[in-house]
Amino acid sequence: MSKRQLLVLKAIIFILCLLPLSWFIYGVFTDQLGANPIEVVTRGLGEWGLQFLLATLCMTPLKDLLKQPWPIQLRRMLGLFSFFYLVLHLFSYLWLDQFFDWAEIWIDIKKRPFITVGVLSLLSLVPLALTSNKWSQRRLGRKWRRLHFLIYPIAILAVVHFFMLIKLDLLRPSIFAACLALLLGYRLFKARFWQKK
Amino acid sequence: MLIKRPTDIPSSEITDKETYLNRRHFMQSALGLAMLPLFNEAQAGYGNTPLKHEKAERFRIDEELTPYKDISSYNNFYEFGTDKYSPAKQAQQLTTDPWSITIAGHVEKPGTYSLEDIMKPHALEERIYRLRCVERWSMVIPWIGFSLADMIKRFQPTSSAKYVKFTTLERKSEMPGLRRRVLDWPYVEGLRIDEAMNPLALMAVGLYGEALPKQNGAPIRLVVPWKYGFKSIKSVVKIEFVDRQPVSSWEQAAPREYGFYSNVNPQVDHPRWSQKRERRIGEFLKRKTLMFNGYEEQVAYLYKGMDLRKNY
Repeated sequence: MSKRQLLVLKAIIFILCLLPLSWFIYGVFTDQLGANPIEVVTRGLGEWGLQFLLATLCMTPLKDLLKQPWPIQLRRMLGLFSFFYLVLHLFSYLWLDQFFDWAEIWIDIKKRPFITVGVLSLLSLVPLALTSNKWSQRRLGRKWRRLHFLIYPIAILAVVHFFMLIKLDLLRPSIFAACLALLLGYRLFKARFWQKK
Repeated sequence: MLIKRPTDIPSSEITDKETYLNRRHFMQSALGLAMLPLFNEAQAGYGNTPLKHEKAERFRIDEELTPYKDISSYNNFYEFGTDKYSPAKQAQQLTTDPWSITIAGHVEKPGTYSLEDIMKPHALEERIYRLRCVERWSMVIPWIGFSLADMIKRFQPTSSAKYVKFTTLERKSEMPGLRRRVLDWPYVEGLRIDEAMNPLALMAVGLYGEALPKQNGAPIRLVVPWKYGFKSIKSVVKIEFVDRQPVSSWEQAAPREYGFYSNVNPQVDHPRWSQKRERRIGEFLKRKTLMFNGYEEQVAYLYKGMDLRKNY
């Protein structure tokens, strides 16, 4: 893939990644999100954040499969979009659910495990987002890899958070869990059997 | 030693049907003079059968009604799917006519009654109630229905009837949600007999002047406005009078999160979220949740001396 082609691909994916957010904004203002639009937006942002996180984790297997470098060149953008949606997800909780009532928020974080887990996983994403640039990558050297290894436990926590907030029907979080298991399983398998050769 | 329990229905409460109906007619005309019943004038028309009814002044609140569109499109009715928007689509295939309700257990007049027979002796009235879902959203709904207590009295429960157990229809051919065992079907709910006899408890057959939309529990459902929404069981096919506390479906699914009583109570948190506030559908800011959903005056006596943290 030429540089030009990569740039076009990046631009297309950038626009695609903004579509869910645009839909939420459009839906709110045209009253198309049903009786409880705030619930739709808060949950939707969380789910999209998680989907982008899984998409990020798909890039390494995709690279192996296609034997092409370009999936890795898309990985940072997808990861940052995941972070972007998850920050908006947290913000919608802080604002639209709690209206910045910090005392209540603190009680929530302490008392409600699903909030604790959610906040923890998002906070852990912050250093990864901050060091996602080339400069940090060079500066941190081998430490960078170790830091960004955090994405695996973070992804697990995020899926656990999804499981914990569901009242009963676990179908949707189960699908996410299955995808994540597949992606992590692939890495374990690769580390054990391929790289020893 | 025999100690009379307050939950027993005194025999004086149990009236034979004839007298009872006469009294009702008398009450109707007396009330009629007092409050000029507005007999179902031309309604906006939402496509359901219009129902003749009076407006019950006792059961009105001065709060803005939730629009029909929201009431009929945002539903928890797991028999038609676990998300809020499926029931409005999936429930349309439900056959609600003919419909019958089986009355069983400790009653003098058990049997299977057609919906017409169940409804016949009761004049319908419109009551405006708050509905507070355990998920922290709420609505204000103009229900059409009749008093549950009035209905119960007709079947003459005996003194062994300590609880009332309600069951929802379980019809696989028309309820796609039943294919997955998210709950232990059929859906079951229960009330203590004195809760059931409280004048607020309503058997609803309509809303906004018309028959219930199917997704809202057609053709007949319970409405207990001081309890979380899931207690107000939909599409009822069986009412049993039992001597032991029934296990409700949600209680069985998650006993730590959903108790038998499930009274709206801002002081008792759900294990995963605070119940202090709620979002009224259509509003941006949250409201404070009221004790017993604002019906404290009418129902608090039922729970005197009970630890509501334990009996959540």
